[in-house]
Amino acid sequence: MYVSGGKKKEKEKAIKPNAFYLGIAAALLFIFSFLISMSIGSVGASFSETLRILVDYVINPAISRDAQDSMAVILVNVRMPRVILSAMVGAALSIAGSALQGLLKNPLADGSTLGITSGGALGAVLSLVWGIKVPGFLQLGTAVTSILFSFISILFIMALSYKIDKVLSSQTIILTGVIFSMFAGSLTSFLVAVSGESLKQVVFWSMGSFSGRGWPHVRLMLPFFIAGSIVLMCLTWELNAFSLGEEQARYIGVNTKKTKLIILIVVSVLVGISVAVSGTIGFVGLVVPHITRLLTGPDYKKLLPLSMFFGASFLMLTDLLSRTVLSPAELPIGVVTSFIGAVLFIYIFYNQSGRNTR
Amino acid sequence: MLNVENITVTIENRKIVDDVSFNLKEHDVLMIIGPNGAGKTTLIRAIMGTIPHSGKVWLGKTNLNTLKPRALAKRIGVLTQKHQPQFPHTVFDVVSMGRYAYKKILSDWTKQDKEKIEEAINLTGIENLRERSVLTLSGGELQRVFLAQLFAQDPQILILDEPTNHLDLQYQIAIFDLIKNWAKGSGRAVIAVVHDLNTVYSYGTKALLMDNGRVYARGSVRDVLSRENLKGVYKVDVAQWMQSLLKHWDI
Repeated sequence: MYVSGGKKKEKEKAIKPNAFYLGIAAALLFIFSFLISMSIGSVGASFSETLRILVDYVINPAISRDAQDSMAVILVNVRMPRVILSAMVGAALSIAGSALQGLLKNPLADGSTLGITSGGALGAVLSLVWGIKVPGFLQLGTAVTSILFSFISILFIMALSYKIDKVLSSQTIILTGVIFSMFAGSLTSFLVAVSGESLKQVVFWSMGSFSGRGWPHVRLMLPFFIAGSIVLMCLTWELNAFSLGEEQARYIGVNTKKTKLIILIVVSVLVGISVAVSGTIGFVGLVVPHITRLLTGPDYKKLLPLSMFFGASFLMLTDLLSRTVLSPAELPIGVVTSFIGAVLFIYIFYNQSGRNTR
Repeated sequence: MLNVENITVTIENRKIVDDVSFNLKEHDVLMIIGPNGAGKTTLIRAIMGTIPHSGKVWLGKTNLNTLKPRALAKRIGVLTQKHQPQFPHTVFDVVSMGRYAYKKILSDWTKQDKEKIEEAINLTGIENLRERSVLTLSGGELQRVFLAQLFAQDPQILILDEPTNHLDLQYQIAIFDLIKNWAKGSGRAVIAVVHDLNTVYSYGTKALLMDNGRVYARGSVRDVLSRENLKGVYKVDVAQWMQSLLKHWDI
C-alpha cells in the first residue's frame, strides 16, 4: 500500500490478512454464540432444530409466531428477542466503552467505571416512579430519561474531575466515577424502596438482567443502537487522534470541542438505552475493548467494528451462563460481568501505573 | 510571514501574557526564553487559539484565530514537551495521524499523503521503529516519532514547546539539527520555547526574552542575550557563570 521494497511488502502482507481473518473469526464467533444461546435454555433444542426454526422464521415470520409448534413459539417469541437484545446491549456497551477510552486517553474508562450507567439507572427509575411516558410508545419515556441522565452524569463527572485535577488523570476520573456511581446507586435504591417496588427491582437496576425482555425492548433499542453505531464508526480517525491526548488531537487538526460533544452524546445514548432495557451491566465496555485491542491493536478502524462483534458474542454467552448455571433460578448477569471485569480492571490498572511511574 | 500582534491572556484577573508582539520571516528560528512562569507556554496556546485571549495572529493575510482546526493544522504544527501514550499504537500509525488535516471523510490515503509520511519517517531516521509500539519507546525515540508526525503534517510554522526538556544531550542535538534543516525549506519558520541558552545560540536566528508575561527584550540572539538583559530577568550573572563553566572543559 504505502511501502516499497520486497522485505517491507512481505511484512505488510502478513498484517493485512490478520485483520481480515480476525473479522471472519469474530463473525463466526458471533454466529456460534447466537445459535448456542438460541438452542440452550429451560427448553432445549438441537442445533439443527434451532436452525430449522430460524430459517422458517426468516422466510415467513408470521407463520412461526402463530405456529402450533411450541418449540418454535418459545424460540421465536421468548428466546430470540432476549438473545438479540443481549447482543445489542453487548455491542453498544463495548463500542461506547472503547470510544470513552479513546476520548479520555484512558484504558480504564467505561460506562460503569465512570458511573454513567448508575446515572442512567437513576433516570430510568425516576421515570418509572414519576410515570413519565410517551403516549403510544412503550417504555420510550424510560429510555429517554435514562439517556438524558446518562448524559448529565457524564458532564457532571467530567466537570467535577476537571475541577479537582486539570489534567484529568486516570485516578481522579475513576475515583469521581466510583463515588458518583455509589451516590446514584443509593438514590436509585431509595427510590425503589419508597415506591414500594420489590427487592427484585433493586437487583435489576443494580446488577442488570435480560429476564422477561421481549420484542418491544428490541424494537425500542434498535434505532438508538443503529444511529449511535453509525456515528461512532464515522469518528474512528478522531478517536485515534484523541487516544494520543486531547491537546495533540487539536494540534493535528481535530475539532476537539465539537467531536468531544458528539462522542459524549453518542456514548450517553448507547449506555442510556442499554440501561433502560437491561439495567446496569458493569464492565462490558472495559473487558471487551481490552481483549479486542490485544488482538487488533489500538487502531479504531479495526477496534470499533470488532469490539461490536466480540461485545455482542460476549454478552450473549454471559446471558446464557446467567440463565442456565442456577436454572431454574437466574443469576443476575451483572454478577458474571463484574466478576470478570473487576479482575481485569486491577490487571490493567496495575500495568498502567507501572508504565506511568517509569 | 507570521505577525503576532498584542497578545494578552488574562486568567482570573491576572495577566499571564501581557501585550506580546513579534514577527517571523521565512527561515527564522525564533527562540522564546524566560524564567518559569514567564508566560511562554501560555503565549503558544494563545497563538494556537486553544485559550481565550485578545490580540491577533496573522499568517500572511490570514487571521489564524478565525481558522477552523483543520485549516490551522495545515499552517501551524506544535511539538509539546512530553508525550505519555496509553495505547500501543505503532510508530507508523502515529506518524500517519499527522495527515489528518488533509484527509477527506471515508477516503484512504492519497499518494501525496503516503509520500509525506514516508518522507517524514526517513527524515527523522525512525525507519527501524516503524512497526514498534509507541509504549516501548524511550523518551528520545518518542519525541522523534512526534516530530515525524509534525513533518508529515507539513505546516508552514513549527512551534516547539520545550521539545528536548526530558531528553539527554544526544537527542537534544539530534532534534534541533532536524528542526534547523527543516526551517531551510521554502515558506517555513520555527518558534521554539527553550530553557537552555546554549541551544538559543546554536540554533536561534532571533530571540524573545519574556518576564512576567511581558516582552523584556526582542531581536537578534546576541542582542537579547546581553549580560544586562539576562541579569535583569534571571537575577544572576548568566554570562559570568557560563564563562566560569568553561574552565571545566579545558580537557
